Amino acid sequence: MWPLGYKLLLAVLGMAVLVSGLPVQAADRVPMPKVPKALEKTEKGHAKLMRLKHMDLMRHQRDETVHKGIRTKQYSLKACISCHAVAGPDKQPVSITSPKHFCRSCHDYAAVKVDCFQCHSSKPPSSASLKLPLTKQIQGFLRR
Amino acid sequence: MKNSETGNLARRKFLAGMAGMAGVSLASGVTLFSFAAAKEPGQAVSSKVRWGMLIDINKCADGCDKCVSACFEENGIDSTGNPATDPQWIRKVELRDPNSGATKSLPVMCQHCAEPPCVDVCPTGASFKRKDGIVLVDKHTCIGCRYCMMACPYKARSFVHEDLTDQKPYAPRGKGTVEGCTLCVHRIDAGGIPACVEACSDSAGGAMLFGDLNDPASEISRRVAKYATRQIRADLRLDPGVRYRGL
Repeated sequence: MWPLGYKLLLAVLGMAVLVSGLPVQAADRVPMPKVPKALEKTEKGHAKLMRLKHMDLMRHQRDETVHKGIRTKQYSLKACISCHAVAGPDKQPVSITSPKHFCRSCHDYAAVKVDCFQCHSSKPPSSASLKLPLTKQIQGFLRR
Repeated sequence: MKNSETGNLARRKFLAGMAGMAGVSLASGVTLFSFAAAKEPGQAVSSKVRWGMLIDINKCADGCDKCVSACFEENGIDSTGNPATDPQWIRKVELRDPNSGATKSLPVMCQHCAEPPCVDVCPTGASFKRKDGIVLVDKHTCIGCRYCMMACPYKARSFVHEDLTDQKPYAPRGKGTVEGCTLCVHRIDAGGIPACVEACSDSAGGAMLFGDLNDPASEISRRVAKYATRQIRADLRLDPGVRYRGL
């Protein structure tokens, strides 16, 4: 058995490693997730609304789209994915397998499993590179 | 009820006449068809439209599978290396008359029935018919029980047995759900035509015609009214939206 002092020291060191491993914003006491910025300018209040309600809005939109064929850009998963695309080292959008993916940046932090991408594509079409002006990029495949 | 129906019909005829006039002044047949079918992205589909397909078997060549490969390309269907369980949204069927030895080749996909048995048996409501007649699977509610595959007399549905990656953004597909021909619903909602019909262009045989069966002025309705066409297993009275000529 190790003396109590060693145990305490190990525990403190372990905590330090854990805390420094998390993405920490500035000098906050609580570590916060690093959420990538959107590529297009959004309307005021978009981030706040989405933080609270994105799951409800997207679920509603999903039923509207599948059953009624309503394919508006607002609250569509495709529009989210294209505007919140994150470029990897090869300048191409990363997929959900990367921890840098927009959805994962927060869902990993909150430990909430997201299963959308078992079926849905987690990145804009491969033809669309992030070098392109985004409006054109979005228009291109939202037209599909 | 009856009065309003006839009223609608008269109005539709009037509108069809208007469209014809527009076509003359524009002198552009291609835009005319897509113009008539296009809907706003925010507009819900309506039962005034019934999408259907007419396949002329005499123009369908033996060994040509352009429609099948176009479908696979469009919807991101790759072989998993396991042909027994590979998804099959559309397939070419060879028919042979044992008496004469005559052979015919035709594509068979979801027939988009007016009375779909797959919808009747679905325990979760995932298998459903859209108002414009397209029969779809809502994969969000599909539990993969495969009752619909058993119920379909056309063997039109497939089950996804393996994990998938890199799906097309407009054609989500995933393991554990049943899927089938969507009539390229993402294209139709944008005013387009299914990928198989596009691939079977005039140069490739021009056997497939897509259109609105409810619109008496549409090319498909005119041909269905003019020529003898057949639905497969019409005796089941499912009223499929896919019709065959020369069968």
